[in-house]
Amino acid sequence: MNANLLWLIPLLPFAGFLLNGTLGRKLPRAIVATIALLFTAAPALIVADLWHFMLSTGQQIVSITSRPWIAVSGFHVDFAFTVDHLTLIMLAIITGVGFLIHLYSVGYMAHEEGYWRFFAYLNLFMFFMLVLVLSSSFLLLFVGWEGVGLASYLLIGFYFTKDSAANAGKKAFIVNRIGDFGFLLAMFLLIAHFGSLSFNDVFMKIAATPLTGGFLTAIALLLVLGATGKSAQIPLYIWLPDAMEGPTPVSALIHAATMVTAGIYMVARCHVLFDRSPFALAVIAVIGAATALLAATIGLVQHDIKRVLAYSTVSQLGYMFLACGVGAYSAGIFHLMTHAFFKALLFLAAGSVIHAMGGEQDMRVMGGLRKKIPVTFWTMSMGVFAIAGLPPLAAFFSKDEILYNVFTSPNPLHLLLWFVGLLTAGLTSFYMFRLWFKTFFGAPRFDEHHVHVHESPLSMTVPLGILAVLSIIGGWVGIPAALGGHNIFEHFLAPVFESTAPIAESSSTSLELTLAVVSVFTALLGLYIAYTFYYRKPGTAAALAARFKPLYGLLDHKYWVDEIYGTLIVAPLLAFSRIGLNGIADTGIVQGTAVGLAKTTTGLGALTRRMISGNIRSYAGWLALCAAAVIVIVLFKH
Amino acid sequence: MVPIAYYLILAAVLFCIGIAAFLIKRNVITIFMSIELMLNAVNLTFVAFAHMWHQVAGQIFVFFVMVVAAAEAAVGLAIIIALFRVRQTLNVDQINLLKN
Repeated sequence: MNANLLWLIPLLPFAGFLLNGTLGRKLPRAIVATIALLFTAAPALIVADLWHFMLSTGQQIVSITSRPWIAVSGFHVDFAFTVDHLTLIMLAIITGVGFLIHLYSVGYMAHEEGYWRFFAYLNLFMFFMLVLVLSSSFLLLFVGWEGVGLASYLLIGFYFTKDSAANAGKKAFIVNRIGDFGFLLAMFLLIAHFGSLSFNDVFMKIAATPLTGGFLTAIALLLVLGATGKSAQIPLYIWLPDAMEGPTPVSALIHAATMVTAGIYMVARCHVLFDRSPFALAVIAVIGAATALLAATIGLVQHDIKRVLAYSTVSQLGYMFLACGVGAYSAGIFHLMTHAFFKALLFLAAGSVIHAMGGEQDMRVMGGLRKKIPVTFWTMSMGVFAIAGLPPLAAFFSKDEILYNVFTSPNPLHLLLWFVGLLTAGLTSFYMFRLWFKTFFGAPRFDEHHVHVHESPLSMTVPLGILAVLSIIGGWVGIPAALGGHNIFEHFLAPVFESTAPIAESSSTSLELTLAVVSVFTALLGLYIAYTFYYRKPGTAAALAARFKPLYGLLDHKYWVDEIYGTLIVAPLLAFSRIGLNGIADTGIVQGTAVGLAKTTTGLGALTRRMISGNIRSYAGWLALCAAAVIVIVLFKH
Repeated sequence: MVPIAYYLILAAVLFCIGIAAFLIKRNVITIFMSIELMLNAVNLTFVAFAHMWHQVAGQIFVFFVMVVAAAEAAVGLAIIIALFRVRQTLNVDQINLLKN
């Protein structure tokens, strides 16, 4: 295995972006799609080769460094990539799921304008995301971090002629800026205290000192701010639901499977730093639990099929945050992986439903689609069962791992956090089955003469099938010892998290089993309630909503968070910009100076113009007068 | 021996007459002549000082001034003729094409 191949992993999609971005407009669709697929399949193959190499040789870390990028008196950053087991998992998710979603897009976007633009952006995203996970320094990670933000902005606003899409893109970009600001400050602090941005240098220096808290907490909290932006956590989660304006494959790839997990990846990557700051960890845990619950409750009442999935994504990301917050990084990454499978599946299946319905996203006018689009139905069912946490599907293992770790963590709030997690699991099960029943069961609520429901083409159903299989078996790599497995996943990641991980094998098997049973019971309860509300006695939900009107309104309006931010932050900022910046600074000072200067010269000109009479004798008179004055001055000076 | 002051006073009187004529007269040719008068007033002072200090430089200077004055007269008269052809007048108050 030649380590130089690492460069190719991100550069191939970039080449695809350049090709499609420059020539794509003139190329036929088939060639555009082929380019995009080839340049994402190739890195996937390299990653597979890398897996094989690292597993067969037992090498823990593969890294490569190029010439220095920035070198200023003692501080230097290189272009350097490092692959350890954590990166390996991320690479596999990004290239694997990424390729499947590219394949799906070929069918999904077949009738859309700007085909080449879409694939160019998608490849650009792959490039930046791969840079993000491969980088071995904060700075290069930040390049990827910003780059995926850019790609996300471009793709959310893909239908840029639609106001709502353009606005959603801007919202995502601006909200992420706030998080990036925290990330930047964290990097400055790192430079100030460690003189380096390389992961290796910084973590070695931290490991070498007995420091805890203090500025480490400050750095950690700033990084958390960055992560809340990218991974859509409280207080910066508001952009993700709006990001659903983008095409569905984008929601699947960027806003479910990969980009939004960058924050979790970053926290896991910096676990050495976070371990030294219990306070920052507690903050992460609380943010994660709160976000999980908040988003799940909002998800209960959404009608747009993609919005339900969006809030569900926010909620699941909250789980991962919660896992990181109790120090169970490998559980968080485990959930990240299974979530990438089942949430990509759910989004793609939702896209297939939307495709079948001719663009309709409102679940209130769906229903009865089970027989009409069976492939979509069965694959999506796998996704729904998986996210609900029913054994033996993927999320059952990952979610239980998180809940178990939360339950046994030394965090003083652990019982509360655990309970919130469990409650969220029940809510998740409920709203996912609500979606399932409303979409696929019951009588069709649309006009069957006008909507010609049709199953999607093969390029869409094949990725669905593969992801469905992954959603079923994806969790089997992490079966805990209590359930008769070996938790291969945690052992696989153990070298990365070795400074943290006391692998909790020895602890109580019966406790783990009990917790698993409790959470399965919760999931079944959610299923049962959804079954009652939306299948057996439809109308119950509406009656309940009418009965608890204020509560329903609160959820329906998403806790008024957008409105609160609008009043507290956006409106004052806008007012300040209009009055302070535009009014006083721009019109007043900048424009005022320029206009004032011009007016002064005009006035002076008007005065002196009187001297230029055009009368030669008056010029001569002035000349004589001034000459006489000079003589007088010279004579009387002495 | 005539004292130097006499020459200087004469030169000053001539110069002032030149200035006065320049400012008062409207005819371009008269103005032109007043310039010559001023030049010659200056020439007179040059020569007077050269004589007084027994230095030849002042006299050489006068020759230069005369050459320049001759050249100026040639160009100036040509301009005046061209001007008269265009404007049919030699009144400077009416020759104000550059104004505005």
